[in-house]
Amino acid sequence: MNSIGNFSEPVPLSAASLMLPIAAGYIRAGFPSPAEDFEVNRLDLTQILIQHPQSTYFWRARGISMREKGIDDGDLLVVDRAVRPVHGHIVVATVDGEFTVKELSQRLGRMRLKAANPTFPDIVPKEGQTIEVWGVVTSSIKRFVL
Amino acid sequence: MYALVDGNNFYVSCERVFRPSLNGRPVVVLSNNDGCAIARSNEAKDLGIKMAAPWFKIRHLEESAGLVALSANFVLYGDMSDRMMTLAAGLGPTQEIYSIDESFIGLHGVRGDLVARGRKVRERILQWTGIPTCIGMAPTKTLAKLANHIAKTTERKPGSYPKEFAQVFNLAALPAQDLDDVLQATEVGDVWGVGPRISAQLRDGGIRTVLDLTRMDPATARRGWSVTLEKTVRELQGQPCVDLDDAPGPKQQIACTRSFGKPVHQLAPLIEAVSEFAARAAEKLRKQKSLATEMLVFMHTSPYRPGPQCSRSVVVPLRRPTDDTLALTKAATDGMRFMYLAGYQFIKAGVILVDLQSANVHQRELELDDPNDAPATRDRTRLMTAMDVINTRFGKGTIHSGGTGKLGVNRVWTMKQERRTPAYTTCLADVPVARA
Repeated sequence: MNSIGNFSEPVPLSAASLMLPIAAGYIRAGFPSPAEDFEVNRLDLTQILIQHPQSTYFWRARGISMREKGIDDGDLLVVDRAVRPVHGHIVVATVDGEFTVKELSQRLGRMRLKAANPTFPDIVPKEGQTIEVWGVVTSSIKRFVL
Repeated sequence: MYALVDGNNFYVSCERVFRPSLNGRPVVVLSNNDGCAIARSNEAKDLGIKMAAPWFKIRHLEESAGLVALSANFVLYGDMSDRMMTLAAGLGPTQEIYSIDESFIGLHGVRGDLVARGRKVRERILQWTGIPTCIGMAPTKTLAKLANHIAKTTERKPGSYPKEFAQVFNLAALPAQDLDDVLQATEVGDVWGVGPRISAQLRDGGIRTVLDLTRMDPATARRGWSVTLEKTVRELQGQPCVDLDDAPGPKQQIACTRSFGKPVHQLAPLIEAVSEFAARAAEKLRKQKSLATEMLVFMHTSPYRPGPQCSRSVVVPLRRPTDDTLALTKAATDGMRFMYLAGYQFIKAGVILVDLQSANVHQRELELDDPNDAPATRDRTRLMTAMDVINTRFGKGTIHSGGTGKLGVNRVWTMKQERRTPAYTTCLADVPVARA
């Protein structure tokens, strides 16, 4: 955390709406609510899923290569560009200008994109080919047919 | 101290975040109706494409130089701007958002190495949003803008200035002699607020570089030109004259104008168009809690097309200061009917609300209207609020006045945006796709 007085570190502002609990909005003549002193916010999915609002983007997964990691065709991905990608993260990456979602593998200084489905090969950069991580997938949202 | 944080080729940079295949290629973003280039990648600048170059004049570069042209996607740029601005605000305690891609940051009370801090913020904006920026710092806004220009030029044209000035440049950290060298190497026309006309006059008077202008006597600037140029000279000398405007006041006039996708010659679609512009302007008016007393309605033909030319405008006085969509669309309709001439191919029309006043102030008046004529004077504030809430919640134009016509299919006058990319960050149906 940024302590007060540490001016050399820029502080990111939160763009998420700041909700304040309404503590006893008005005075009642009858019984005061016994819950009055326990006022809190209802759980908010945005706050649970999104740590950095400015760096978070939604993506759509298309295909079945990540099935064993729980990402199915059509899932909505929450992607955070503020997270530093490391070995084992699920990432959105560009290969030759195309976007793909895969597991990042960085072993012995070599970068690979691993599929989570045995029928799909891993992506190993060829000579002169670059893989760039666009952002780290922090959740996958699945909607069921109702 | 002030900093100016500015996105490099901002619209193009926004597009490249979601289409990395555009990296390294010449790219331009076209204005509404795909008219002319309003943003250019460095590669496009190197092809000699000038700002505001008409699309039909540079179109051949698509074939010959691999130029990519995109229609402006302001929904995307607005969201990316919001992300960038929020992160830029981390640089100091106050912020003035100057345009969609520039903001001034007040650095008062910020201790430590400003350039190091600037580099951290720049790095964060780049990592979190994908937008490259340049940051200029100086004791006044005019100098901060100049420092930003130098930071940008150094990055784009290596050799123009010492290379450590690139990306983040603090003009105040420069020793006096080096500062003079930099000002000497920069043309007077690059100064904020010195337009082409004034810079030509200055050059005629022997003032060619920023250093020359800095050494001008402020009184001479005032006598020879204007108080604005005097302020510019003082700001260049390090004396702050332009404050940070971190809470801009309400606008003095509100305009909604648009070029049509193709020329329009009939009255009905012109009425439809200005009614819609009036409705948009009314929304903006209510948002800033103002009332309009007059409306200017105008239209003109295209000077670039063959055929008879016509440019008309009319000022419609409003019976009372109002923010009522129905009253304003009626005024626009009346104005259009009054000035319409058959036989011309109109390419642009618009409404401008002028002489705005606060909605909190009401002029009392004698009851001169016929009391039986109630609908005309009925207070429709609640109706207008309801309209705004519905349109915010369910999308623009969900409910609108009859005069604006049916949305979609039969509209002859809507914008041409043939090359627009999706609203990647603001519309669920448009989110980018990653192959799994």
